[in-house]
Order: sequence, then C-alpha cells, then structure tokens
Amino acid sequence: MNCDVCQKDSASIFLTQIVDGKMQKVNLCESCAKEKGVTDPTGFALADLLKGVGTETVSPKPTVKGELKCHNCGFTETEFKKTGRLGCSQCYEVLSEGLDNLLEAMHRSTVHKGKVPMRYRANKEYRDRLADLQTHLQDSVDAENYEEAARLRDAISELKDEYSSKKNLSSSSD
Amino acid sequence: MMRFSTLLRKPAEWMRTAGPHNDIVMTSRVRLARNLEDFPFPGWAKKDSRIKLLEKVQPQVNELSEMKEAFSEEMTGLSAIEKQVLVERHLISREHAAKGPGCATVMNRKQTVSIMINEEDHLRMQAIRPGLQLQSAFENLDKIDTELESELPYAFDTTYGYLTACPTNLGTGLRASAMLHLPGLVLSEQINQTIQAANKIGLAVRGLYGEGTEALANLFQVSNQTTLGKSETEIIDHLEKVILQIIENEENARYKLLEEKPTMLQDQVCRAHAILRNAHIIPSKEALNLLSMTRLGIDLGVFPNEDRELINVLLTEVQPAHLQVEAKRKLTVEERDVLRAEILRHKLKSLTRPDFSDILSEDRDHE
Ligand SMILES: [Zn+2]
Ligand SMILES: [Zn+2]
Repeated sequence: MNCDVCQKDSASIFLTQIVDGKMQKVNLCESCAKEKGVTDPTGFALADLLKGVGTETVSPKPTVKGELKCHNCGFTETEFKKTGRLGCSQCYEVLSEGLDNLLEAMHRSTVHKGKVPMRYRANKEYRDRLADLQTHLQDSVDAENYEEAARLRDAISELKDEYSSKKNLSSSSD
Repeated sequence: MMRFSTLLRKPAEWMRTAGPHNDIVMTSRVRLARNLEDFPFPGWAKKDSRIKLLEKVQPQVNELSEMKEAFSEEMTGLSAIEKQVLVERHLISREHAAKGPGCATVMNRKQTVSIMINEEDHLRMQAIRPGLQLQSAFENLDKIDTELESELPYAFDTTYGYLTACPTNLGTGLRASAMLHLPGLVLSEQINQTIQAANKIGLAVRGLYGEGTEALANLFQVSNQTTLGKSETEIIDHLEKVILQIIENEENARYKLLEEKPTMLQDQVCRAHAILRNAHIIPSKEALNLLSMTRLGIDLGVFPNEDRELINVLLTEVQPAHLQVEAKRKLTVEERDVLRAEILRHKLKSLTRPDFSDILSEDRDHE
C-alpha cells in the first residue's frame, strides 16, 4: 500500500481516526510521517493528518471580505490554512468566526471543561460576587432600605480591598 | 545541574521499575501543552522572541521542586546523537530534537518528567510512568503546572480553556497515552479489530514502529484524540477504561493461543531465545520482534520474571543512537547491526532456556 501523501513510498504507518462519526484512514510512509509530526502519538495533531491527504479540511470560513489578520502578531487566515497552527493566543479572537465549526468537528465540543488557572478562578469568583452585591445594593436603594444599602456598600469596598491586596500579593510573590 | 553524560549512563527509572499491569502496559505518558500571554507561539515567533521567552521560562522551570539537580539544556548545546537518545527514550519529540536557538529541554534526574520549552507550544510538559499509571502521571504534572501558573501568565480563555498553537490541543492541552505490548492480539490476528474498536470511541491507536498487524515489537500506543469539552479526569478515566478492556482481550488471546496453538507459541519463543543469543548480525526490526517474543515468554512464565527489566532496557538500548553512545562514535547501519548482536549475545548470555514443561503439561491436564 502506498503512502497517501507522497504516493510513492510504501506506507508503514497506518492511522485510523474517527472524525465526526466517520472513519478515516490515513496511510503514511516513515518520512512523510516524520514530516507530518506523527512520530509520536502524544505530539501528533489531528489537523496535520487531515491536511492535504485527500481528505477535506474543515477550516474557518471568512465572513468578512478580505483576509483576516491578527492585530497582535500579524498572523493571517491563509497561514492558518497552510499550517493548521495559529500565531499567538490572541489569534483565537481574530479567527473566532467559524472556529467553533472546526472545534466541533475536531473535539465534538466548543467549551472547555477542566482545570482553570487560579488567576482566572479568583477573578471569576470576584466578579460574580461583586455583581451580586451591586445588584442587591441597587435593589436596597430602590426600596429605600438605606440601612441595608450602607451595609452592602461596606461589603463591596471590603471585597474590593481584599481582591486588590490578593492581587498585589500574588504578583509580587517570588 | 546534572551532566548529560550522567543521564546517558543510567536507564530511565520507568524502564527499570515495575508498575500495575506491567506485563501488557509498558508505560503511561501524560503531557500538558501551555503557552504564555503576550508571546507569539514558537512556530510563528521570531528568533529574538523565542529567546526572550526561554529566558523568562527556563529559570522558573529550573526552580521547580521536581527539578532539583535536573538536566537543563538548550537544544543547540546537544549533539545530534544526544538528541536522538532523548527521542529514543521518549523524553523529547523528534520535532523538538530538530529545533534551534531559543529551544530547551529540562528533565528531572529520574527521567520521569521532561519539559520542552518552545516546542510547538511554549511549554510541553510530560510525565512518564511504568505500567498503567495515567492518573499518577497526571497528578505529578498537575502539581508542576500549578506551581508554574503562579509565576508564568498562561494564555487562557474561559470558553476555550488553555490556548494552544494547534486547535487540536485546545482546552485541557492534555494528551494521555499508554504503550501496550500486544503479541497475543497480533498472533491471533485480532489486532485490527481492536484498533478499529478503539477508534470508534475516539481514541487513536498506532503501531509504535510499523503498520497495523506488523507493528514492530508488537507495541502499540493508545491515546485520546480530543482535548476540549471533557475534564482532565474524564479524559484519563475514559482512556484507562478502554485500556483495561484491551488488557483483558490480550490476556484472553494469549490464553486461547496456549490452548489452541501451544507448539506455535513454543516455536516463536524458542526461536527468539536461540537467535538473540547466537546471532552476529541483527537488524533493528528483527531484534525488536525477537525481544517482544522473549517478553511474552516472561509473561508466560517460561523465563524467570527477573529478566523483564533487562528486556525493557534492551528494547531501548538496541536502537541506533543508544548503540552509537555505547560505541562512542558514529556507526554505519552495518556496524550497528553487528554491535547490536554483540550486546544482545552478551546481555542475554545468562537467559535460561525457555521451560514450557509446566504450562504445556497443565494444558494436557485440562483436556
Ligand atoms: Zn510518503
Ligand atoms: Zn496572533
């Protein structure tokens, strides 16, 4: 059996993958496998396998005329189609249109469920709590419950102080 | 810091020690992909930016409690053979071995944790364990990751999770895999069925060095394909469940072979024993397959169990770069085949003749 990529060497690496409920077979020779980075299953990227091996690649469709380009790193959509990789973390915002389709096909999901770094956890908890207190404060003011409003105002400033001191602490810890 | 020569002299801890289901599961590996905010991904970054990232990240990695007296080196500081040794030990990727300035590798003394800086992502952290220990490998990495996140601002999005250079790693950035020794399923021609069944539930299976039914040394890697939408624990639990099922299938296949084709099994194991101990020229492919049969012999109890460690170490040490380190020079393919045979003859000198009397007579009792 010949390699699906170069079509000339005989294939020695046979991959079968299920993408979107459909079985796909990719047969590669040693050198093409190396080139595609499929020498190590902990490192291989599905996108590479789907790229240019006679199977259709799902990629974000441009919704605006012209080329999408990352303001932060200068990476373009064309580049993404060529390499299957992005330029920087902010590229995800630039290419977000249509990215969900790609992710759905790859992962059958579009939303992360798993570890969240402490920095984001604290921030999320703080914002949720602050929003909650502010809603209550507004309600109390509307109801002319000034005693309760004063208590909530104190609680908000306490929360803010606590958060900013935590932030300083974590940014100065060496 | 540990010297590279020290590292080379010692086989990695996971090659020498036992783990759960060690007869069938050679190793468990888990890796996490992480990136920093404000730096372009390594593949798109200019050399200066890669170097700047390395200067920021490497000291933090060196500071990790796991990395006391670690080996920490830029890829440009290693010779081609040294890098190849790390690839053969699964400590770095082939891609990383080809990297230039701004790329580095840090690994602990036991060679159970390795961290690649500026591989495809800013950080690729890997933990490796003998046997089936995916959970423990993950816990090890998770701790390191938590230690690093307080010092390094990770690129993270509350919807997409950890942002990676390739969308295939997005979310958890977690790839878990196990290397399985499946001679029973290969000899009984059930391996393709097994691969397809695993594929159907979203796992990737590939022969370590060769194709489907002809995978060298009968070694196969099973790993998760998706990283987004499931928690780390869910990914690992799912993979582990499937691996336990494959282990059961492999055990059944071996049992059936013993019942139905005992002479074929005996022939394979005895041939391996004879050739490995007597050959003077032996190509890599042949050596790996014969070592696999010897390992099966140990599992069947026809060789002493103490030899398991030796076989595991040999599976790595007969590979090209390891041979050249042993010879302390570059070797042609022909020279390698001769040295490989020499090492095998020498190291397996005391390997006793396979003793099938027990299992074969037991078999007769059943009839
Ligand atoms: Zn090819
Ligand atoms: Zn960008």
